[in-house]
Amino acid sequence: MAQTRRALLLDPMVDNNPITLQVLGICSALAVTSSLKVALVMTIAVTLVTAFSSMFISMLRNQIPNSIRIIVQMVIIASLVILVDQVLKAYAFEISKTLSVFVGLIITNCIVMGRAEAFAMQNPPVASFLDGIGNGLGYGLILMMVGFVRELFGSGSLFGVTILETVNNGGWYVPNGLLLLPPSAFFVIGLLIWAFRTWKPEQVEEREHKIQVVEAH
Amino acid sequence: MSEQTNKGALRRFWDMSPDSTPKTLFVAVTLCLFASMIVSAAAVALRPTQEANKLKDKQINILQVAGLYEPGMDITEAFGASFEPRILELSTGQFTNAFDVTSFDDRAAASDPATSIELENDPASIGRQSKYMTVYLLKDDAGEIDKVILPIHGYGLWSTLYGFIAVEENANDIFGLQFYSHAETPGLGAEVDNPRWKSQWNGKRLTDENGTLQITVAKTAPPAGADYHVDALSGATLTTVGVDNLVRFWMGEAGYAPFLANLKAGDI
Repeated sequence: MAQTRRALLLDPMVDNNPITLQVLGICSALAVTSSLKVALVMTIAVTLVTAFSSMFISMLRNQIPNSIRIIVQMVIIASLVILVDQVLKAYAFEISKTLSVFVGLIITNCIVMGRAEAFAMQNPPVASFLDGIGNGLGYGLILMMVGFVRELFGSGSLFGVTILETVNNGGWYVPNGLLLLPPSAFFVIGLLIWAFRTWKPEQVEEREHKIQVVEAH
Repeated sequence: MSEQTNKGALRRFWDMSPDSTPKTLFVAVTLCLFASMIVSAAAVALRPTQEANKLKDKQINILQVAGLYEPGMDITEAFGASFEPRILELSTGQFTNAFDVTSFDDRAAASDPATSIELENDPASIGRQSKYMTVYLLKDDAGEIDKVILPIHGYGLWSTLYGFIAVEENANDIFGLQFYSHAETPGLGAEVDNPRWKSQWNGKRLTDENGTLQITVAKTAPPAGADYHVDALSGATLTTVGVDNLVRFWMGEAGYAPFLANLKAGDI
């Protein structure tokens, strides 16, 4: 059992990462990775929401009517997200100012729904909770990696601490403006997926379509 | 007898499959009630802290624009000791006591037809303008006005920028300008928050000797000279145009010009 619990937590980091393997939650990964601080808070928020929503849904799984199960899951997830949003506004006001819209969008984050539907509906509460933590952290791992690249080369700082003095502030570093805009996260995530799949070739998907060579007459 | 049938009914209900219609309705109603209770309890319990945060954020910005902010200071105390908030009637340029200064909300006033006007000439793209604005007076030890902090807002590229402009007691020299809320492009328009750009505002003048409004945010200096010119943000033409429009609008006749004229004449 201990081994499987470990696996529940650690599998989503590399072997079954929600972003690089399942390719879920890309939208928010683009939006919140322009600075590490914001990415970290988003990681914590998503991890908590995924873990607790999975746990509650798992506790109710035998009572949830099949016909309205998605709505029941959404109600639970949405309530938790509102709770997180309210707590951030009360205790981390500065961060909530930059994050607020995206916290609300955790409701539609495919990772949360995906774990609820794919795991929590069939598994006991503790396992579901750990699975939620694991997936939240797996998501966060990629977020932090993308945030590291984007903040360092886009604004010359890490966690708001200046590393490369930018020209605008009298230094030498000309920041790469593209990295501050959401599309740049596509490139960084793309490169990460490439790196992960080179390291672990079993993650490469089978081709769905093969190009057929028609023989010449 | 009847008690037993009741018990039986409850028992039957409990044993029903979750997919039956009554059970489905029961689960939906209970869950919604439960979730709404938790959400509303959290919202009510945390509201005072959130309101305090918002107020503190605004006070920090006012302290910053007046050059008084130091990290770690007691915001509420420093703010209360330095600033006197007053409600200003824009058209006359005089203070009014018609509203309670602690509860007056500029943004709410701007959408209330009784306290606002719909703008026909609207360079700052704000739609409706409140007839009354909360301004903050910074007084020196002798009780004389040292600076006035005036709230300004207007549309940039993506968003409405909300900020403050600090004007010296001569009603013409700018001490500073700062935006506290906007959603401009990071790295381009959001450079309105860059300390180096903001520091340009210090010492600029609003009007020339003839009283004509000359301040401008542009790539090149206006004919009036560098004293009236703040350099544009590179790569952010539309944000720059927005800031130029909103500063000129609020410093003009529809904005604070009557008040600044009164301040200059010592008629406050």
